[in-house]
Amino acid sequence: MKPKHPTVICINTDWCKGCGICAAFCPKQVLVMNQRDKAEVVAAENCIACKQCEQRCPDLAIQVIKSPAKEEKEAS
Amino acid sequence: MSVQDYIRERFFPHIWCPGCGHGTVLNNLVRAVETLGLDKNEIVMVSGIGCSSRIAGYLDFHTLHTLHGRALAFATGVKLSRPELNVIVPMGDGDALAIGGNHFIHAARRNINITAIVMNNRIYGMTGGQFSPLSGEATTATTAPFGTIDPDFDTVALATAAGASYVARTTTYHVQEIRKRIAEAIVHPGFAVVEVMSQCPTYFGRKNKQGDAVEMLRRYKEGTVPLDKQPADPEKIPRGVFVQRERPEYCKRYEHLVQAAMTDGAALT
Repeated sequence: MKPKHPTVICINTDWCKGCGICAAFCPKQVLVMNQRDKAEVVAAENCIACKQCEQRCPDLAIQVIKSPAKEEKEAS
Repeated sequence: MSVQDYIRERFFPHIWCPGCGHGTVLNNLVRAVETLGLDKNEIVMVSGIGCSSRIAGYLDFHTLHTLHGRALAFATGVKLSRPELNVIVPMGDGDALAIGGNHFIHAARRNINITAIVMNNRIYGMTGGQFSPLSGEATTATTAPFGTIDPDFDTVALATAAGASYVARTTTYHVQEIRKRIAEAIVHPGFAVVEVMSQCPTYFGRKNKQGDAVEMLRRYKEGTVPLDKQPADPEKIPRGVFVQRERPEYCKRYEHLVQAAMTDGAALT
């Protein structure tokens, strides 16, 4: 079952240099490196919003925006 | 505030190579500052020369890009004149412990309230991959095609012996630790040293057949161990907080001296 409000993963392809760290350490295989050697989201619905990619990215090119429902759940 | 609020976006994408660990340090340094809720105006970044020292230019704090190895000397001046500011000095291994080795040990001896981040990639990356005092024996570099015979410094032991009152080590694989340690180091009232082992896939990784950035990060994951678990794994490099002690801070002592001199001076007239 797909969540109603999935997490949004924004990738700044102008800043991404294609090192592949985000894809290699993603625990849910949400990201892959595409043919142009840039990170690409292939399975956003699997994202658990652990933000490992965002924190590991040496190029500051990834931003994970949690769904409002998840934010609320965490806040409470 | 988000990460983007702390950086100078006009200089991005940065000059570091794909997979360079310094970017990860920048990323988590910003997050440490965000966690502490510090104002951008309360922070001064003083850096020297080298790949790692470019970090100061990318951050939207008060920044000072100075001479090779002399960042701590400039930082001492900044801190003594404006002790209320948080002074952070990002340095590379060569910048901190070869060219700036003397400044490093004397800043530690004085215990001046500065946060020194040693981004240790074990190589001089910017100038083409010469070996540094932290490369260690048998590593290959542009200037050591048959391997270096120089033993390396232990940053933690050196900083501890020189008198630093907070000493920690982590790696670019352990991103949460970077954030935690840097935040602790900024808050610590004394000379704080955080060594972050950082990968240089372009020179160190390639010359030493350590693979790409991902492979080098896996090596950090497998080759290091938390300090308390090290006795079981003596082969691995320990990470964690090695020293956290109280020692008289330099700026405070200087202020006392100034006040004492003024009082005595008033008594004389």
